[in-house]
Amino acid sequence: MKSTRLVAVALRSILRNKMRTLLTMLGVVIGVGAVIVMVAIGEGAQSQIHAQIDNLGTNMIVVTPGSSSQGGVNQGAGSLNRLTVEDAEALKSESFLLSAVSPSIVAPTQIVGGQGNWRSAVFGVATDYQLIRDWPVSSGRYFDEGEVRSMRKVAVIGKTVAEALFPGEDPVGQQVRLRNVPFEVIGVLAEKGQTAEGSDQDDVVLAPYTTVKNRLSGRSFIAQILASTASPEGVAAAQVEIGSILRERHGLADWEDDDFTVRNQTDLAATAEETTEVMTLLLAAIASISLVVGGIGIMNIMLVSVSERTREIGLRLALGARSSDVLRQFLVESTVLSVLGGLIGVGLGIAGAEILGRLTGWATLISPQTVLVSLGFAASVGIFFGLWPSRRAAALDPIEALRYE
Amino acid sequence: MTEPSHGRNHHDDSPVIVATGLERVFEIGQNQVRALRGVDLTVRRGEMLAIMGASGSGKSTLMNILGCLDPPTSGTYRLDGIRVDELDKDELADVRNRKLGFVFQKFNLLARTSALENVELPLLYDRSGREMEPRRLATAALERVGLGDRLDHQPNELSGGEQQRVAIARALVTEPSLLLADEPTGNLDSRTTIEVCTLLQELNELGLTIVLVTHEPEVAQYAERIVELRDGRIIWDQPVADRRSAASDLGQLRTKDEGRAA
Ligand SMILES: Nc1ncnc2c1ncn2[C@@H]1O[C@H](COP(=O)(O)OP(=O)(O)O)[C@@H](O)[C@H]1O
Ligand SMILES: [Mg+2]
Repeated sequence: MKSTRLVAVALRSILRNKMRTLLTMLGVVIGVGAVIVMVAIGEGAQSQIHAQIDNLGTNMIVVTPGSSSQGGVNQGAGSLNRLTVEDAEALKSESFLLSAVSPSIVAPTQIVGGQGNWRSAVFGVATDYQLIRDWPVSSGRYFDEGEVRSMRKVAVIGKTVAEALFPGEDPVGQQVRLRNVPFEVIGVLAEKGQTAEGSDQDDVVLAPYTTVKNRLSGRSFIAQILASTASPEGVAAAQVEIGSILRERHGLADWEDDDFTVRNQTDLAATAEETTEVMTLLLAAIASISLVVGGIGIMNIMLVSVSERTREIGLRLALGARSSDVLRQFLVESTVLSVLGGLIGVGLGIAGAEILGRLTGWATLISPQTVLVSLGFAASVGIFFGLWPSRRAAALDPIEALRYE
Repeated sequence: MTEPSHGRNHHDDSPVIVATGLERVFEIGQNQVRALRGVDLTVRRGEMLAIMGASGSGKSTLMNILGCLDPPTSGTYRLDGIRVDELDKDELADVRNRKLGFVFQKFNLLARTSALENVELPLLYDRSGREMEPRRLATAALERVGLGDRLDHQPNELSGGEQQRVAIARALVTEPSLLLADEPTGNLDSRTTIEVCTLLQELNELGLTIVLVTHEPEVAQYAERIVELRDGRIIWDQPVADRRSAASDLGQLRTKDEGRAA
C-alpha cells in the first residue's frame, strides 16, 4: 500500500473512535507538554544566567577562598577562608596586569532611616568596585580613595533600598543607621534588575570596605576579591599573576594546592551553565518518564484495539492484505496517535510555559530543537510501543480472525 | 446494469477451479480430525455451484481452501490456471485480492464506515499497479447491486439485505474470477434471501462464477449444480434439474403481497 494511503487509512480508523483516540493520546499529550514546559524553564534559566554574566562587568576576575580542586570536591569556602583585606590591597599594589581590584565584605544588616526599617546586605568594597562591576550611580556619587582610607561612614544605596526607605524623596544627603552606626547616603546606584536566581541586585548598600570591616563586620576574612583587567586579552595572564602573588603571600610550598580559586567570567559562565544544564536534563528526564508512561498507555489501547478489531483484521487479510500491510497499518496508527498527541502536547506545553512564566516570573525559552526533539521522541515512543500490538495483529490467522466473536 | 466483465475473455473455456484429491487434516493434540478426505472438484467458468451438507461435513473447510485462506494438507488446487497450493503467504494474499471475492454469512462490514469506503477496501490492497479510481469503481459496484442511493450510509443505517448487498459489491469491485459465499443468506429472512439470490443469479448470468455454501434446499435450487458433502467426501454432484429463477419467485411474492393488501 502506498504510504499516503496508509496514513489515510490509519487516520480514518483513528477518527472512527474519537473519544478513545483522545484518551489514548492523553498520556503522550501530557508527556510532551511536560517535557516542553520543563525544558523551557531550564533553558530560560540558562539564557538568563548568560545575560546576567554579561551584565557583571567586563573582564572581571573573581577570587574566592578555598581550593576548587581538593580531591575533586570543593571543601567549602568557610573551612579554608584565608582571603583577607590585605590580600586585596597587595593585589592592588603589586599587580602589573590588573587595572582594578576590590575586596568584597558582606554584612547582612538592619538599615534604619527615612521612612523606617529595611534588611539588606551591606557590601564593603573599594572605589574600583564601580569600574569592575561597570555600575554607575543614577544620582550622587561613589565614595573616593580618601574616604576609604579615612574610614568615612558614607554609603551608596541600591534603587530598591532607596525606594523602601525614601519613597518619593532624593536619599542623597540623608542619614541611615547601619547597626546603629550613622552613615551618610552619598549616591544611588543605577538599576540592575534581578539575577538569574531571581534575587534583586538593587537590594544592596555599598560602603568603604575599611568602614565595613571595622564598624560592621569586625572580621578581616572576606568573601571574595573582585578584579578586572583593561582588556579581555589580559585576563588569562592576570589570573596567573594573581595566583603567584597570593601563593607567595600565603606562604604555600610548591607541593601545596592553592587555598583560593581564581575564576574569570567564562569560568563563571561555564559553571552556571553546567548547573542549569544538569537541571534542564534532570527536568527533561523526569518529564520523559511521563512520556514513556504515555507510550505504555498507547500500547494498552492498541492491544485492546487489536483484539477488538480481530474480525476487521481477518477481513482485511481475506480481501488481500498481506501481514506486512496489517503490521504497517497498526504501526502507522500508533505513530500517528503519538505524533498527534505530541503536536497537541507541544501546543499545550508552549501555552503552559507562557502561563507559568507569567505566574512565577521565571524566564522560559522554547527552542525549535526542543519541539523537534520531543516530537521525535513521541514518534519513537509510538513506534516502539506500537510494535508489539502490531505484530500480534499481523500474526493473526485470517480464518480464525474471521470467526472471532 | 453495466457490461459484464467477469467472463475474462482470455482462456475462456478453461475451468476456474480444478481441485484434485484435496485433503485437510487438523491436528488437535494427539487427535486428528480429517475434515476433507479426498475431494475432486472442477468448476466451469460462468457456473453457479451450491455446496450442501450437514453441519461438520467439511463445507467451510473446503471453502477456505478454495478461497486460498487455508492450504490443503494434500492434493492440488488450480485457480484460474494457477497452482495455488505452491504459493507462499504473500502470493496467496495477492491471489485473493486479484481473483477472489468473498461474501460472508455475517456480512463483515467495517462499522462506522460508509458503504462506499467499505467497497473500496479491497482496492487498497491492489498490487497490480494498474491505473484505477477506487471511488469510481466502488460507486459503480454499489450501483450494480442497486445501492446507488446509499453510498454514504453506514452499516447500522442499512437493513440486513442491504448490508449483504454492500458486501457483494465489495466482492465485485475487483472484478474477481470467482465469488465465494459461505452461507450468504444464513442471517437473512426468507424474502431478503430471495432478493440476494436474485442478485447472485443476475451476476451469474452476466458471467460471474459463483460457489456458495448453503443448507437451505430452496437456495440451492437457484444454482446450476449442487454438490453434497458428507464426512469430508463428495457424495452427490449433479446439475439442478429444474433450476428456479429467484427473480420470478420474487415477482410472485410481490403479487401475493399486493393481493393480500388489496
Ligand atoms: N480449525 C480447526 N481445527 C480443528 N478442527 C476443525 C477446524 N476447522 C474445522 N474443523 C473440523 O473439521 C470438520 C469440518 O468442519 P467445517 O468445515 O467447519 O464443517 P461445516 O462448515 O460443513 O459445518 C468438523 O469436524 C470440524 O470440527
Ligand atoms: Mg460451516
